[in-house]
Amino acid sequence: MIIDGSEGSLKKFLSDLPPVDQVGAEARAAMLSTRSIKTTSKAWAIDMAISMVDLTTLEGADSFGKVKALCAKAVRPDPTDLTVPSVGAICVYNDMVKIARTELDAIGGKDIPVAAVATAFPSGRASRAVKELDTQDAINAGANEIDMVIDRGAFLSGRLGEVFEEIKIIKELCGDKAHLKVILETGELVTYDNVRKASYLAMLAGADFIKTSTGKVAPAATAPVVLVMLEAVRDYFALTGTKIGVKPAGGIRTTKDAIKQLVLVNETAGPDWLNPSLFRIGASALLNDLLMQRMKLRTGHYASANYVTMD
Amino acid sequence: MSRIDVNKTYKLFIGGAFPRSESGRVYEIKGANKKFIANPSLASRKDLRDAVVAAKSAHPGWANATAFNRGQILYRIAEIMEGRSEQFVDEICALEGVTNKVAKSQVEAAIDTWVWYSGWCDKLSSVTGSLNQVSGPFYNFTSPESLGVVAIFAESKPSLLGVVRTLAPVLAGGNSAVLIASENYPLPAITLSEALATSDVPSGVVNILTGKSAELAPWVGSHMEIDGVDVAGLSKKQEEELKLVGADNLKRIFRFNLDNHPERILSFMEQKTVWHPIGI
Repeated sequence: MIIDGSEGSLKKFLSDLPPVDQVGAEARAAMLSTRSIKTTSKAWAIDMAISMVDLTTLEGADSFGKVKALCAKAVRPDPTDLTVPSVGAICVYNDMVKIARTELDAIGGKDIPVAAVATAFPSGRASRAVKELDTQDAINAGANEIDMVIDRGAFLSGRLGEVFEEIKIIKELCGDKAHLKVILETGELVTYDNVRKASYLAMLAGADFIKTSTGKVAPAATAPVVLVMLEAVRDYFALTGTKIGVKPAGGIRTTKDAIKQLVLVNETAGPDWLNPSLFRIGASALLNDLLMQRMKLRTGHYASANYVTMD
Repeated sequence: MSRIDVNKTYKLFIGGAFPRSESGRVYEIKGANKKFIANPSLASRKDLRDAVVAAKSAHPGWANATAFNRGQILYRIAEIMEGRSEQFVDEICALEGVTNKVAKSQVEAAIDTWVWYSGWCDKLSSVTGSLNQVSGPFYNFTSPESLGVVAIFAESKPSLLGVVRTLAPVLAGGNSAVLIASENYPLPAITLSEALATSDVPSGVVNILTGKSAELAPWVGSHMEIDGVDVAGLSKKQEEELKLVGADNLKRIFRFNLDNHPERILSFMEQKTVWHPIGI
């Protein structure tokens, strides 16, 4: 064991982590964003990115109809082209889990997991009891993945044991029924050092995935933040032999953005992570752009948004 | 001591900004006297793609602005051009080799064209729309709506007027435009873009590219996001080729013989008919 479970040992471990070289991380992320990915590599990257999309709708105005439509799109993103892969998962609020699961099962999307955002998403401002109930409710409804938020207030004021404990409890609730993704909300963590610390904290507490953001706070999944998190999972793998997934979410809207993320993954964590079980992209608008770029590659001419669905 | 020349870098106009071509290419423009004038950007298909993206995202705002407001903005373009008329005259003289007087009358005609089309904006639906008689208890009315993104291949001469008389009607109808300036006479179009950038025309409503029409035409033709094309500056053969690939998304492709005419506006509009039950 890296830590013995006490808050003291956790704090010691996290404060002993080397600090992030801010300028270096930003320069490295910027350099990797200039990679040019074309033709067959681009076609491969687009399909990989589509299979990694966590197709998301997290609006107050979400309805059953909208979730059902999203499910149809998840299974068959482009009905005119059967070679397009299905997406990685559907990501919805708790109360939409049941309808999403039923719909997916009914239309041939049994393999597509439903992720629920739990623990008083997006702020995480609720009592422990409410967060536990929230999670249990999602699991009961059939969620295959739980996207929980960490208590940023507690993290920033140094109550790391509390954050750790909370993730552990939620992980126990998930058991073997659901994967646990832990949202760090990097936009509120302020520094890269905090991002690194929170990444390790989440992994030590039992996260299967670490996720950048809720999508409700800007900045969200910036390239340097994703780089720092990918380095964390790479080093954690070297340390423990366990592979933890990464999910950037928020602000990834174009195919170019998505391909930049894939380059970051390949060059940081390595090709093993180029897999929907270890890397996901939380997005809603991105999928249409990926589909349009795919059409462009297939037909040779620029595509129009008139030929993809309005979500 | 003589002063060192401060020459202008002629760039593209995309989404309200003035970028160089992403390809980094430029080409040489010579004046009527065969002397070097400038190195404008040689736009690539990716510049075209970027311009279409900018035009597409600017379209809803422009189309939904009140017709009266669009008219005001078109008139404002005329005002701004008036203040820059000397620069236009100089460029036309250098490029076309015409006298100052001829160039001046072309600039005036161009400015008047904006004024002419600005007046049409809020009158189109009254003049060309209709209240239709139908055999049922319905109000049935028809009014014109903009198409979307229109690409324009500007004529080469007259270099400024050729740009304005193709661009103004497209804007008047509420479309956003991607204008490909004439290959040999592009400077007035670029200077016009500087006037547009300061005329309250929202960013992305007009995008201006310089370069070779022959290189860009097939990409314009096949681009599914472009809804209409004015082929004034293309040869008959290029026009035929563009029509072949443009059939895929039913592009409206026109070449106009008319001078200023509302038909130029309406060609890039669609008539929408609405049925509404009487008494509700």
